[in-house]
Amino acid sequence: MAIIEVRDLYKIFGPSPRRVIPLIKQGKSKAEILKKTGCTIAINGATFSIEKGETFVVMGLSGSGKSTFIRCLNRLIEPTAGEILIDGADVMKMDQEKLREVRRYQMSMVFQNFGLLPQRNVVNNVEFGLEVSGMEKEERREKALKAIKLVGLDGYEKSMPSELSGGMQQRVGLARALANDPEVLLMDEAFSALDPLIRTQMQDELLELQARMHKTIVFITHDLDEALKLGDRIAILGPDGRVRQIGTPEEILSTPADEYVERFVQNVDRTRVITASAIGRRVTSITYPREDLTAAIRAMEKHDISSVFVTDSSRHLKGIVTIDDALKLQKNKEKDIASIIIDDVYTTTPTTPIADLLGTAIKTRYPIAILDEEGVFQGAVSRAAIIAEVGKNSDEAAAPVPLSEYGDENNGNGNGSGAGREDAK
Amino acid sequence: MENIRNLIDVGGAFEMIVRWLQVNLRFFFDAIRTVVSAFLSGTTFLLNLPPVLVMILLFTVLAWYVASRGVAIFTFLGFGLIWYMGLWRATMSTFSLVVASVMIALIIGIPLGIWCSKKDAVWDVVRPILDFMQTLPAFVYLIPSVLFFRLGAVPGVIATLIFSLPPAVRLTNLGIRQVPKEIKEAALSFGSTPRQMLFKAELPVALATIMAGVNQTIMLALSMVVIAGMIGAGGLGNEVVRGVTQLRIDVGFESGIAIVILAIFLDRITQALGTSSQKQT
Repeated sequence: MAIIEVRDLYKIFGPSPRRVIPLIKQGKSKAEILKKTGCTIAINGATFSIEKGETFVVMGLSGSGKSTFIRCLNRLIEPTAGEILIDGADVMKMDQEKLREVRRYQMSMVFQNFGLLPQRNVVNNVEFGLEVSGMEKEERREKALKAIKLVGLDGYEKSMPSELSGGMQQRVGLARALANDPEVLLMDEAFSALDPLIRTQMQDELLELQARMHKTIVFITHDLDEALKLGDRIAILGPDGRVRQIGTPEEILSTPADEYVERFVQNVDRTRVITASAIGRRVTSITYPREDLTAAIRAMEKHDISSVFVTDSSRHLKGIVTIDDALKLQKNKEKDIASIIIDDVYTTTPTTPIADLLGTAIKTRYPIAILDEEGVFQGAVSRAAIIAEVGKNSDEAAAPVPLSEYGDENNGNGNGSGAGREDAK
Repeated sequence: MENIRNLIDVGGAFEMIVRWLQVNLRFFFDAIRTVVSAFLSGTTFLLNLPPVLVMILLFTVLAWYVASRGVAIFTFLGFGLIWYMGLWRATMSTFSLVVASVMIALIIGIPLGIWCSKKDAVWDVVRPILDFMQTLPAFVYLIPSVLFFRLGAVPGVIATLIFSLPPAVRLTNLGIRQVPKEIKEAALSFGSTPRQMLFKAELPVALATIMAGVNQTIMLALSMVVIAGMIGAGGLGNEVVRGVTQLRIDVGFESGIAIVILAIFLDRITQALGTSSQKQT
């Protein structure tokens, strides 16, 4: 169920902004409109819905209106036109009283520079939202302490914000937002002010928290790696304030909607985002002991492969059988394949990024098996597929050139990087 | 040129307004006069109620508690010297004059400063008035103030008030405008009402700046008190004026020293309040 629905949202800064909307619909550019009316378009007709429990990342460079967008959701900035439905209620039509209710109980915000009150200690900062909503002292203290514990700040309740490091201050900000148990968390570049190591750590912790809490998170960032890491879905905002693409990280990487998105994602380390499940395939396997040597050899011949995975009846992986061993066994007139099952096979999870598979792929002679959390055999990733995916990342012009073509200017494009491509699909 | 000057007489117009106010708003000024003078005699009475030594010890303890041991020692020696010089009563009446004008200045100045910080239009109007109040030579409004309130301490308080009000307004306005945008947004995003926003977020964050304004107000009030002595406001101002008019170098110097001691005491106390408000609570 969609918890937030945004329909045709516009935010235009400048004198009498509503008159600009017809101009936008006529297809006038941002620069033309600025020149003609003096108005700047921050959000240009955004429409999408955010599902309950998902992490929705809005990603754009500075000036793309992403901070404006998140402030429209709780009306810290008044949108110019459109509809914003939270749980079916239109935020834009609410009076101040109703809007405060929404801010107090449904949406909490985490800020880039933390926005903590410097004269209050940690627990009083965390209590702020509850205090404002008029909760009794004991009750709000209890909830605040719980939230502090959740973000791992216990022991610092009485510290002042100025005594804490950036990462810890943002934990306070997060605890404050979690204290009143909102359905939606709005995070405005929440980790952008932190140094890279702390940032990665906070991202991991957020993922961990989210796995337990299942909040709806709207996360704003200018960092594509962060977006890809945290987002269940990502919306990419263009410089004109228009949403260019909405999709899962893999969709955005594999099928960019337009040139802008494509340029955006071309420098991403794909191997950190593309997971084993994305390039893995369902592969033929045989069930032991129900199937025996003949079945194994037939399966390998039919699919033209040199090895086949063996599972038990509940599809737990037992190992792999190679064609060489199988033929040897057949020559010896034996039927039981137990003796030739090789259990020295590497396994991985569906969500492992292929960067982590690369080392293994170089070592092993067999495909890497994919097992889910219960250990059930899901499929396998071939070494060729991994190497091909890594190869896509590299710059063709910088690829190694065969000696025979060296110095031949007409044929400067070596295709060494594409070697495994046929195997990839 | 001369004709035009006769046509629009700036000074004459001002005088006319003053005369008109004096006649038609008599009751209003009398009311103010009554309130202020009641307040003044109240504080003077209180300050003179305990024996002098008790008062000196009270001030010393206050200095120790709020500021530091050094300030406490200074306070003890300084007020002791004032007592020794026989200026205790004069100092206390100056003190109550300062307290009265500063209180009124803050009661008017801080809310006005808050209002200015919220509405640019208000600030645009108030700002030139503050400039006017601060730069117009004190003697110029000393005279109308005597006309409205007659001689004595009350016009002294009013003149002091005019002179010392601007920093309270300015620094309150500045302090609130300087509250980081994210803190305001954070307060709003958790559902603060405008009142909660002001009292839970803006004023506490701006407190250090506002206290700097209070400190400035007190300092300006003290420097004005001497001038107010010319219209018989009493206290150390009277002593200074006596020293000047009778060429009594000793009297002038002694009362001057007393003012400096009082000024340093008040300055250290309010500054300590300002910085401690930044750290704790």
